[in-house]
Amino acid sequence: MKIHLPNSAFLGNIDPFIRGFDASAPDSFEITANDKWIAVHPAVLSMIAALGLTVEPEKIKCQPFEATSRHYFVRMGLFKLLNIPSDILIKEHEPAGRFIPLTQIRTADEQTRFITDMIPMLHLEAEQAKTLGYIFSELIRNVIEHADAENGAILCAQYYKKSNSIRIGIADTGRGIKNTITRSHAAETDLDAIRLALMPGITGTTSKEGGTEQNAGAGLFFIKSIASVNRDFFVIYSGTGFYKLLKKTPARNRRLNADPFSDRHTASSNMPAWPGTVVGVDITLDQTEEFSLLLDAIRDTYSSAVRERRKERHKKPRFS
Amino acid sequence: MKKIEIRAYAGAFAENKDTARDLRLNEIIPALEKKEEVVLNFTGVDATTQSFIHALISDLLRKYGSDVLDRIEFKSCNDTVKKIITIVVDYMQEGTE
Repeated sequence: MKIHLPNSAFLGNIDPFIRGFDASAPDSFEITANDKWIAVHPAVLSMIAALGLTVEPEKIKCQPFEATSRHYFVRMGLFKLLNIPSDILIKEHEPAGRFIPLTQIRTADEQTRFITDMIPMLHLEAEQAKTLGYIFSELIRNVIEHADAENGAILCAQYYKKSNSIRIGIADTGRGIKNTITRSHAAETDLDAIRLALMPGITGTTSKEGGTEQNAGAGLFFIKSIASVNRDFFVIYSGTGFYKLLKKTPARNRRLNADPFSDRHTASSNMPAWPGTVVGVDITLDQTEEFSLLLDAIRDTYSSAVRERRKERHKKPRFS
Repeated sequence: MKKIEIRAYAGAFAENKDTARDLRLNEIIPALEKKEEVVLNFTGVDATTQSFIHALISDLLRKYGSDVLDRIEFKSCNDTVKKIITIVVDYMQEGTE
């Protein structure tokens, strides 16, 4: 496998970075980087870390980073997590208020500890902490329950002062969305599976409306809705499928859509095959809606989507 | 009457679905089976997730029907927790009626 860290790769311009990912030869991993400046979204870091964990450390070939921003990768814990040497020297900072370094989570107990520790680390206001805690909790739990990923969830986050935003990335190298969703629903492509996974009330654990006693099929819909209401980017990439919720302008209405393809978005079904799932979310804190207001919008959309789907299955009278 | 302090099991941010499942199976269902009323006390719970609430109550609605809501009291919920409970109750009834 090969991956190149470009000058810039955030959710708005992440597509070329993903297209450049070479998934061939999965038993080795080569990392190269722009030698002037590298600025990347936490989702990119999580992807590199997740891939790196699938090969032996001695099979990772990481070109020495020359870019002036190279210390960032040390601070985020990339080399440490992958157990590969780095000669980049940094002055350690207290992470509070700035970032969550690369973290590996494999169990529900680790998740609970992470959520408890994470909220004070980011120094957020109560409403913002609820939103961030919610996003992390649902995304990590999806990996633990559905991905069957040996290395669990790999995640990190970064606060950006200039935009007053928090960017979150989480990656796994597990079953991928299509393998999970097609246990109960038909999906021909990875993108079809992503579309289903983002719809409220659809889960890979059952084809029944309302889900099972443990799964409702709502987690990803909630997170896409949070990004949509806050007019932020949301990206999901699994197998060859890629979906990006684009930013809404303030003038656009804040109606939520049950079908992610009804939102302003870009999508592709021919990306290099990612062996698992990647999610990236941006949360601009200035425009974070009060969480309880967001829930009103979700409630309306969710109930009507379930109602509509139920209606579709109603038997129709036969007229002759 | 069975009283369950959610914070004591799930903390201020109630998100662990395994905890919710254990509460449902070990505390709530046995009480309902004994025809007791159940009080789920959310005092001190600042936030929760839809997944947690789903794991806590969705199977009760499926098993006992929506009448089970007459036997469960959700106590001291803040606005966020109330809305998440309402979402789960709504979609369970939409999907099963």
